[in-house]
Amino acid sequence: MTQVLQQLTGIRPQSSGWLHSLNEAGAAVVRNAVWPTRKTEQWKYTSLRALEQMDYLGARGQIPDDLTGMAKLCSVDNLDTYKIVFVNGSYCAALSSVESLEANVDLVTFADADTQQIVRIRESLGSVVESDQHLFAAVNNQLLDDGVFLRVGKNVQLKKPVQVVWLTSGSEIPFHIPQRFLMVLEANASASAVEHFISDGESQACFTHGVTEIRLADGARCNHYRLHLEAPGALHVGGVYAALDANSRFDSFHLALGGALKRIDVVVNHNGPGADCVLNGVYLPRENQQVDYHTCIEHRVPHCTTQETFRGIVADSAKAVFNGRIHIHPDAQKTLARLSNKNLLLSDKAEVDTKPELEIYADDVQCAHGATVAKLDANALHYFRTRGVSQREAEVMLSFGFINELIDKLAQPALVHYLRPVLTQWFARDPSLVRHLLDAQEQV
Amino acid sequence: MLSIRNLHASVDDKAILNGLSLEVRPGEVHAIMGPNGSGKSTTGHVLSGRPGYEATAGSVEFLGRDLLEMDTEERAREGLFLAFQYPVEIPGVSNMEFLKAALDAQREHRGESPLDAVSFMKKARDICKAVNLDQSFLKRGVNEGFSGGEKKRNEIMQMMLLEPKLAILDETDSGLDIDALQVVAQGVNALRNPERAFIVITHYQRLLDYIVPDYVHVLAGGRIIKSGDKSLALELEEKGYGWLEDEAV
Ligand SMILES: Nc1ncnc2c1ncn2[C@@H]1O[C@H](COP(=O)(O)OP(=O)(O)OP(=O)(O)O)[C@@H](O)[C@H]1O
Ligand SMILES: [Mg+2]
Repeated sequence: MTQVLQQLTGIRPQSSGWLHSLNEAGAAVVRNAVWPTRKTEQWKYTSLRALEQMDYLGARGQIPDDLTGMAKLCSVDNLDTYKIVFVNGSYCAALSSVESLEANVDLVTFADADTQQIVRIRESLGSVVESDQHLFAAVNNQLLDDGVFLRVGKNVQLKKPVQVVWLTSGSEIPFHIPQRFLMVLEANASASAVEHFISDGESQACFTHGVTEIRLADGARCNHYRLHLEAPGALHVGGVYAALDANSRFDSFHLALGGALKRIDVVVNHNGPGADCVLNGVYLPRENQQVDYHTCIEHRVPHCTTQETFRGIVADSAKAVFNGRIHIHPDAQKTLARLSNKNLLLSDKAEVDTKPELEIYADDVQCAHGATVAKLDANALHYFRTRGVSQREAEVMLSFGFINELIDKLAQPALVHYLRPVLTQWFARDPSLVRHLLDAQEQV
Repeated sequence: MLSIRNLHASVDDKAILNGLSLEVRPGEVHAIMGPNGSGKSTTGHVLSGRPGYEATAGSVEFLGRDLLEMDTEERAREGLFLAFQYPVEIPGVSNMEFLKAALDAQREHRGESPLDAVSFMKKARDICKAVNLDQSFLKRGVNEGFSGGEKKRNEIMQMMLLEPKLAILDETDSGLDIDALQVVAQGVNALRNPERAFIVITHYQRLLDYIVPDYVHVLAGGRIIKSGDKSLALELEEKGYGWLEDEAV
């Protein structure tokens, strides 16, 4: 047994209240678990070494006394949201604002939930994620003491997006963050949610184990954005688990900058006929960072669709892993599923392991998948240069274009606006090479 | 301004240009015609410095400098422009970003400061209008999903923005409707002045009714086999290329 598992076995459940039984259930799974190694199929390409090197589980984070500058970090220009902010894993009321919420909507932390809300949370919490299949979901269950609950009642269209921020700020000692978000949209409800992971500095020593569960009832519609913009030293092993009832629509966008360890699982269950899922993602590891996305779409019933597109740019000696599984069960006739994964390697030392997995057990389905690893298009580079643009600027603009195709499609223009400088910063350590990417946005 | 002397060039080790010579002076318009596969586009690519197109013999002088020694972007900044026969699609990069990057690079080369956003926008909108493209084309990805004719107009738009000293138009008239042909011709004619020269590659005499050339050349087998004035184009229209090839042997 490794140190981490051993340590977990010694940790008593954190919460005395109604989360206690979930903590116990998590602990039971962890007790019998085997620590993943490179021989574990699900962890073949991603090493957990970074997690083993420091004692993250020994402490929880503290909210710093000085919150200067943090409000700005947590806000997206021109995006008015219901905002819930956690700093170093603890709820921060000073930075949060949930005012004039519509009727028949719950948006509350687990800790602040009233009796009725607790009943609702307990009805759904843990109902989507299969924590015996996902070790770190079990770890999260065991260590959980708070979280965010969003419920949108039948037929309610939430006016403003919900933004849940997980901000990490430098700390002397390593610590861990149990991140949890439970979102329940009742029949024909609609809502947008932004999960926003950021840091206020370069050096971080924290480990987030996270679970987001999303339940969409019949006809519900959800626009979901999950932005991993945390510092490279902030480790993250987490996942998004969604259950889609009949005719619901789940539109989910993922973005991850790289880190010492960043592993995100996205699992979508088509449980009711006519459900639609659009799943897009962008990952951008550089230096010696890594990013690992494992996605799995379960088509259990007929007449559902999945459109999945992930693109990655891997620079320097960084490494990316993309594993995209689409599982079409025998009953899932008339399924339409497409999966595309394209990768751009910016250096000879950059590495990507991409594996689309299509498992089809129904005969009347339309499926397509493709995965490519490419370099920049030489014709496009030349075209730029014939107009006088330097090779280096052309490379940056072309790479940007490669992922911008997905960013530009976001339903929230404010997020497009917000992400552009984040991304251009990623692309060029030399600001002169990205000035036209920033300029143009101001003009349009 | 451009002297091509006995230029030989190959693509993937296959010889395509076989002793091409051409002299272009400021203010002139040269039309180049010739059969498919004769090396017209190759000439444009070699002049633009496209990777894989290698000059194996001969020389090219542009405004007193050895063109073949210069990088592609430097040639452009010195005033050479090529309108592509097949413009490249660049999804994710907007036309606007592309135009601004190009213009700023060229202005910087001339020691001028970048245009401020407002002036640039105005300029971009004006030329967009001049080539009869909707303003929305400025926001779209470069050539992304453009129709054939729209791509050609986009090339002309870039030319109008960059105001090159020498523009090579490679079949910019192919695939254009009659109105678009006028647009292209007006674009060229508006830029015509005693300092600027054009090389117009075309298969159709019709374009030359609108852009009246000073010289017409026939390229075949990788070299110019006949030159004349605009009446040569009419003669070609009537007789085809066969008689010339026979004559050239
Ligand atoms: N990469 C290549 N490898 C081999 N041959 C090539 C390559 N590129 C071009 N060629 C050949 O070079 C010759 C000249 O091509 P080019 O495109 O210059 O012709 P063109 O005169 O522009 O013809 P068109 O009127 O059809 O546009 C053609 O025979 C073409 O097949
Ligand atoms: Mg050609």
